[in-house]
Amino acid sequence: MIEQGSRHGSVSRRTLVRGLTAVGALAGVGMPFVARAAEPIRIGFPTPVTGPFGAEAKDQIRSAELAVKQFNEAGGLNGRMAELLVRDDKLNPGEAATRTLELIEKDKAHFIVGALSSAVQLSVNEITRSRKVLYVSISQSDTINEAKDFSRYTFHEALNPHMTTAAVAKHAFKKGTRVAYLVADYAYGHEMLRGFKRAAAAIGAETAGEILHPFGAPDYSTFMPRLRSMRPDILCICNFGRDQANSIKQANDFGLKKAARIVVPVLLHNQRLAGGADAFEDVVGASNYYWRLEETVPSAKAFNDAFRAAYANAIPTDYGAYGYTAVRSLLMAVKAAGDTDTHKVIAALEGLTYDVAKGPERYRACDHQAIQSVLITESRKKSEMQGEADLFRILEVEAGSEAALRTCDELGHRA
Amino acid sequence: MTSAFAALDLELIAMQLFSGVALGAVFVMLALGLSIIFGMLGIVNFAHGNFFMVGAYAGVFVMERTGSFWAALLVGPLLVGAMGLLVERFLIRPLAGRSPDDPLLLTFGLGYVLVEGVRILFGSDGLPFATPEELSGVADLGIGYFPIYRLFVVGVVALVLVVLWYGLERTRLGLIVRAGARDPEILRVLGIDIQRLWLWVFGLGIALAALGGVLAAPMRSVNPEMGNVVLGEAFAVTVIGGMGSLMGSVVAGLLVGIVVSMTALVAPEMASIAMFAFMALVLLIRPQGLFGKPGLGV
Amino acid sequence: MQTLDQSVVDAPPGAVNPRPAPRVTAGFSRWRAPLSILALLTLPFLLPSQALAVNVLIYGLYAVGYNLLYGYTGLLSFGHAAFFGTGAYVTGIAIGAYGLHPLLAMGLGTVAASALALTVGAVSIRSRGIYFAMVTLALAQLVYYAALQASSWTGGENGLRGFTVSRIALGPASLDILDPQVKYLFVLAFVGVALALISRILASPFGAAIEAIRENETRARACGFDVERSKLLAFVLSGLFCGLGGALSAIHLSIVPLDSLAYHTSGMAVVMTLVGGAGTFFGPFVGALVVLVLEDVFSLWTPHWQLALGTVFILFVLFLPRGLWGAALERFAFRRGRS
Repeated sequence: MIEQGSRHGSVSRRTLVRGLTAVGALAGVGMPFVARAAEPIRIGFPTPVTGPFGAEAKDQIRSAELAVKQFNEAGGLNGRMAELLVRDDKLNPGEAATRTLELIEKDKAHFIVGALSSAVQLSVNEITRSRKVLYVSISQSDTINEAKDFSRYTFHEALNPHMTTAAVAKHAFKKGTRVAYLVADYAYGHEMLRGFKRAAAAIGAETAGEILHPFGAPDYSTFMPRLRSMRPDILCICNFGRDQANSIKQANDFGLKKAARIVVPVLLHNQRLAGGADAFEDVVGASNYYWRLEETVPSAKAFNDAFRAAYANAIPTDYGAYGYTAVRSLLMAVKAAGDTDTHKVIAALEGLTYDVAKGPERYRACDHQAIQSVLITESRKKSEMQGEADLFRILEVEAGSEAALRTCDELGHRA
Repeated sequence: MTSAFAALDLELIAMQLFSGVALGAVFVMLALGLSIIFGMLGIVNFAHGNFFMVGAYAGVFVMERTGSFWAALLVGPLLVGAMGLLVERFLIRPLAGRSPDDPLLLTFGLGYVLVEGVRILFGSDGLPFATPEELSGVADLGIGYFPIYRLFVVGVVALVLVVLWYGLERTRLGLIVRAGARDPEILRVLGIDIQRLWLWVFGLGIALAALGGVLAAPMRSVNPEMGNVVLGEAFAVTVIGGMGSLMGSVVAGLLVGIVVSMTALVAPEMASIAMFAFMALVLLIRPQGLFGKPGLGV
Repeated sequence: MQTLDQSVVDAPPGAVNPRPAPRVTAGFSRWRAPLSILALLTLPFLLPSQALAVNVLIYGLYAVGYNLLYGYTGLLSFGHAAFFGTGAYVTGIAIGAYGLHPLLAMGLGTVAASALALTVGAVSIRSRGIYFAMVTLALAQLVYYAALQASSWTGGENGLRGFTVSRIALGPASLDILDPQVKYLFVLAFVGVALALISRILASPFGAAIEAIRENETRARACGFDVERSKLLAFVLSGLFCGLGGALSAIHLSIVPLDSLAYHTSGMAVVMTLVGGAGTFFGPFVGALVVLVLEDVFSLWTPHWQLALGTVFILFVLFLPRGLWGAALERFAFRRGRS
């Protein structure tokens, strides 16, 4: 082959070898400087592109990419640009674990942000904490705050059921209110129930009854008679996603909405679209973000405007906003730390107060939970919607405070 | 477990039974199609749940274009039934003479194609499907309130059953279909095109699944995964009733609906376990199901 | 006027002999295990990531275990996720809740899976044909819902966590399992041993017995084979290797997701085995490789990768029922002129 080379080209083998060695030497000397200056800040972003939450995932990706773009346009970290490595976790914890391993081992990601379902977040967390990689979770869950799953490398930017249920209960329950609960029989459902009952006990509201339904059940007709027989003032539906859309729709079909007020722990954009305006009318719930917050919060307006500019007048949804707040705050910490070194960034995140989309937020030290405001929203009647995206009305904004969270002791964290 | 026993009274139990029967109606719809296809062609259609889902989407499609629920109810199943004809002709028929597992495997793969195809055409989000005006609202049954639409579903299923029964038991075509399920060879010898028969029966089974989907659409959100959820239930009901028996599908559908409904009173989280345990039990003790016989029968 | 065999007449259309076996050249069967291991050693260099390579090993083992029952004995099970998942869960619980040594935990996981296979097998063997597939499906769903309910043990749908293995002690030395290279070789060691064992099993009289049962059960019985016992043993062995795959998966991912027991996972065993080549030794690995890489590659291009997967599978059922490896072997055997 070497003979062929000298036969073919005009460049002799010797020259070729000499030239390559020279280039190699130069590169070897110069490379480190070049590489360090150019080495991007890699943020792994597992998200369920495939599956029932594809729309939420897409919104999260767009928001996250917006945050990265803003960071880069502002000069990055001394010229180092951020890069978002999006991976499809297929809403499957095993798949998410594999993708996270790839992101860490092959793609050399510096940080991981993401996950929508609780199970996925916990599996990503298991991988990141054993390999000492910083992980910011944006999945709504109580479990990740607890000592068992926690690590110094774990941050939780999203709301958790405890916060949302407490806020909704404070708004909707009064002393003596009779509340019936329809709960999805899985960890998240139980977390929501626990949060509501705790808040209800403090307010003095009564439990009229509770029914557990199988997670993913499409049909709730068999629960309706019993719920009605409880004669509640409030029907509190503790589930998520398709379950929420289905159960609210069917509660409406069975006329339960005329008998009781329907209250949910999280009121989300896509579920409201799936269920329709009529079924969701007057349902009250909590949310981390609603675009019309821009009317009162300047950072929301800034976020929305940037989003509109980047994405053809679209507005960010609740889950989408998580992508933005998590990535943006992470990059702020990186900038503050001046480095991508994990421990420096952890220290920076712990000390950071940020206001990027919804008002001030900061992380609590013991469990790295982001203390932030909770919005109480109500689904609008179709006739009251001022536009296709005007799905909800903000009833009140519960300001962020540590009192809204469970105590560090309760979560098992030693001081 | 909740404080279930505290709130039981006769009215509640009666209402629960009634809900079970109404729930069973949807199961019956699914089981009918599955049973007919197995009884006639010997195929376990692993994509049956997904055809149910495609039916719901066909309903959405027609509804969007015509604004009429009745059009959706009529045209939707016909469209999907036509799809079923194509599937039988080009995907299933080439498998004749090969291992009996092959059509099962093929329909399994087909399931993925259907789900993803729907995602591509309609998106991954759940779509709302409004209950038609004339059927919305609740009726006071004395023992409790029940949505009028669900009563309508029970009515439609009953009607379909009557039509099927009449078609199978009283018409010449039905006679041919039943004969073909029992003994395809003799039928061939008698000069009847058995392949055309299989084609239309398969299409019928699929159309029934699709009809179930259109009927279910106003009750639940229409989404690409809704077929996967019902497949297990469809299998359980068909197996318990007897693959190939229409009477079995009806009885088992109602039975399973009632069982699910009653366990919802005491231990709803056990409903799925109960159903699959029942299914396994029947398969082991009496694999042909409660009413199953070889061939197709009422 | 009975011109045809009664069983054919009464049977539904398509119920003729199951897929006939591909003919592997006798010379190679002695070397199939070592050759396979050699081939698998090159995997980390061919694939873009170590994590994917380990997954190929694990799912390849799962598919090979499944193939023992489906490809070689001719029993189509749709519930093998139960064994994979049980192996994984028991391993994870043994390490996390009882602090056992990972190797011991893996052993327990494998034993548990085999025990479950014995139970499920004993109960489902009596069913024939399509009913067998349905029974295994139903029983696997039972296991799934039971695991979902027993959330204090299994973590429910959050999955089992808290048993991350970072070092495995082997006497005086210890392996750094977090290192992707070390992990790959660790998993390959087990897979290699499993392959060697399976090769021996298939070459034994038992191997001949189960293939005879696949070809024609009545004739096998007439020849004096104890059909029930052979089927059951095949079932248990199949469960054993699938359980080992699950145990390795627990060590690899540091979690056991509830999906390990789901219908989709059972389906994957079928898809991989069929695509690779049912009834061939190395075929399931080829199938696992193809399916996992397809999933990975397709999901980078489009979120609709399941369409490609489903279509590929349908095409295989229609046109390439022998699978990739099976078809390749056939070609090869033909070329060498039937040895």
